[in-house]
Amino acid sequence: MKVHHEIDATGLSCPLPVVRAKKAMDALEKGQVLEIHATDAGVEKDLPAWAKTLGHEIVDQQKDKGVYIFRIRKGE
Amino acid sequence: MNQKKSTMVVFSGDLDKAIASYIIATGSASMGNEVTMFFTFWGLTILRKENAVPVQKNRMDKLFAKMLPRGPRKLGISKMNVGGLGAKMMKYTMKKKNIVTLQELIELAQELDIKMVACTMSMDVLGIKKEELIDGIEYAGVASYLAEANEANHNLFV
Repeated sequence: MKVHHEIDATGLSCPLPVVRAKKAMDALEKGQVLEIHATDAGVEKDLPAWAKTLGHEIVDQQKDKGVYIFRIRKGE
Repeated sequence: MNQKKSTMVVFSGDLDKAIASYIIATGSASMGNEVTMFFTFWGLTILRKENAVPVQKNRMDKLFAKMLPRGPRKLGISKMNVGGLGAKMMKYTMKKKNIVTLQELIELAQELDIKMVACTMSMDVLGIKKEELIDGIEYAGVASYLAEANEANHNLFV
């Protein structure tokens, strides 16, 4: 899977991961994939909720040594 | 996608409640919502500039100006404030845990084009002049708030 943009939100607390995700996603085209790394435990539920609200699709979600890694495809 | 709207009345001038308000506001803007925050009564102190601005005031207004906190750095917390000690402890521990500060949240809100509106009637009551509040905000009353709240699907009073 091609990742078009990657952001590092590790160490950032709520609401910054979604704020960063929004900013990064705004710069992408429909269908492109954003990868986000974050450590705030809230993102496990927050990023899926954020993506659902904005019509983006979570294509991959992993947790590796306390780091949550999401790949999200931009929707409309 | 049709744009949704959040409106919020920020009545409280407590640090913790101000942080919660701005986290919800910036979060909502990040969810694609148009956000308006109305600041009234003690909430206006969040928008005060840190330094005193020379403006004409009567005696009572001068007294208020002295007693009310000037901006986000001077606010107390709603519980366990103990004359400002609690607020200091809270800020210390939040910094240690890398939690975003109220000043950063306000800047973030401005970047996200969140509309901040100061209630002119409360400004009158507390003797606060436009020059004493941060730049880039709007001034209005209850009808403006209600008109926006009518269109919103999310509305809070803090």
